[in-house]
Amino acid sequence: MKRFQGLALLAVIIALLPLALPNNYYYDVAIRIGMNATIVVGLNLLIGYAGQISLGHAGFFGLGAYASAILTARYGWPPLAAMLSGMAAVGVIAFVVARPILRLRGHYLAMATLGLGIIIYMVLANESAWTGGNDGINVQPFSLLGLTLTNERTWYWVTGAVLLGAITLANNIVDSPVGRALRAVHGSEIAAQVAGIDTARYKVRVFVVSAVFASAVGSMMAHYIGFITPQMSSFFHSIELVTMVVVGGMASTYGAVLGAAVLTMLPQLLTEFEGYEMIVFGLILMLTVIFLPRGLLPTIAARLRKTG
Amino acid sequence: MALLEVEALSRSFGGVHAVQDLSFEIEHGKIHSIIGPNGAGKTTVFNLITGLYRPSSGRVVFDGSDVTGKVPHELARRGISRTFQNLQICFNMSAVENVMVGAHLRLDQGMLGSMLRLPSLARRDAECRGEARELMHFVGVGKYIGAGADSMPYGALKRLEIARALAARPKMLLLDEPAAGLNPTETHEIDELIQRIGDSGVTVVLVEHDMKLVMGISAWILVLDFGRKLAEGTAPDVRANPDVIAAYLGGVAESAGHAA
Repeated sequence: MKRFQGLALLAVIIALLPLALPNNYYYDVAIRIGMNATIVVGLNLLIGYAGQISLGHAGFFGLGAYASAILTARYGWPPLAAMLSGMAAVGVIAFVVARPILRLRGHYLAMATLGLGIIIYMVLANESAWTGGNDGINVQPFSLLGLTLTNERTWYWVTGAVLLGAITLANNIVDSPVGRALRAVHGSEIAAQVAGIDTARYKVRVFVVSAVFASAVGSMMAHYIGFITPQMSSFFHSIELVTMVVVGGMASTYGAVLGAAVLTMLPQLLTEFEGYEMIVFGLILMLTVIFLPRGLLPTIAARLRKTG
Repeated sequence: MALLEVEALSRSFGGVHAVQDLSFEIEHGKIHSIIGPNGAGKTTVFNLITGLYRPSSGRVVFDGSDVTGKVPHELARRGISRTFQNLQICFNMSAVENVMVGAHLRLDQGMLGSMLRLPSLARRDAECRGEARELMHFVGVGKYIGAGADSMPYGALKRLEIARALAARPKMLLLDEPAAGLNPTETHEIDELIQRIGDSGVTVVLVEHDMKLVMGISAWILVLDFGRKLAEGTAPDVRANPDVIAAYLGGVAESAGHAA
């Protein structure tokens, strides 16, 4: 039952956390942590487990958000249908671009995904007839079966449930033949190929899955905030997401959650750094890579094992 | 019909002919060896057969079908498995998981099924884990079953690679220098292991420098020199072949020949 221990612990934390949340501001931070964590759990499959990089995932996040905004407001679609369509569309886009992109390695892969994210950002910013351009666009609240999600408290529980679901899916993948294939791609691509693993295909699959995770959260975030701008798909946001993966711990699902928590809270704690966030993030990324190359959670876990 | 037929195979890197106009056959069953001095092209031959390199010209026929230029994972599907001279171990995984990677093609590979952890997938995966443990015992690294690959010593990792290759249940197993870097006791154990693998019905092809090992267990030996076939045959044939002696002893045999 070891596979459920981490999940149970997190569920307890999510259940008890409201006791320590004095007002809606804190709920808001918790919700953003949960949503970022959900993206990062997916992104960690790509970066941490399969060993590929993406500097463009905020693009998929933005596409999901705008799919929900446009389909619900313009075409009167139900929010859930809009969200699922956004996920499907992002899945298709990710699939189409993944094959040529993922043939690249290292710096080249980083540059290609960076370019992809910037293209998505430019489209969202410039196609103002659809997206409202840089002025942003209003999004209706999320509603399902006549129930409408409006207050922070309801969103908190929904976000928590979605995060636990995402972790379950991710952990299931990791501990399956598919997950071993992904980790083998990271560990030794040659060994993977010789063992019969079509490495190109697996890279594409995990890229698509992580993009769809980001798209789903984009839709949720759009409905939650109620107003979106192309800024949510910016390069900076992509870097934030990667930083969360690296700081929390590569190839550690709960590390990804921790990374999302730390780096979502940080800007709130460092309000006087306003405008220099990028520098702070860059510094954290550098220091982590230099001093905690395995990330926060794996390092802490190793320490505990040593002393315990 | 032979299991593997290599016809006029050539591969050059830049202007260097690593393998040149090489033809040979590997029969079903038995243990075969490819030997030759350093740089003779032995590993290149392995890389050509397993699809890591594409041949410049020539043909590779495996189990009755032309597999020339096929990519490694397709060749694995057809029953070719191998180990590496320079280990290719996934150090980000446990020892057992490394072996389980070898069984990949026999397992459920659906993304959706994996996400939902379908009971059939979970059950098959648990069986596979059990088989991987047995294979680790079979190759003699049973005591590392609970370990991470990054905590295993070199000699054990060489055997772990063999276990991974066997997990695929190959028709043909290519072992690239399985005894390199091992002490005499370990070499003896590997010798025994290779014989057990051969006895189990897997066709084994060996690239090896340890002559004692090769001569003792090989039913058939191919000798390469400068990417070409120098000789082939049984161990006594090869050992008595003057060209082979000359290649291994170099100028000594040649000058001896001139003196005579």
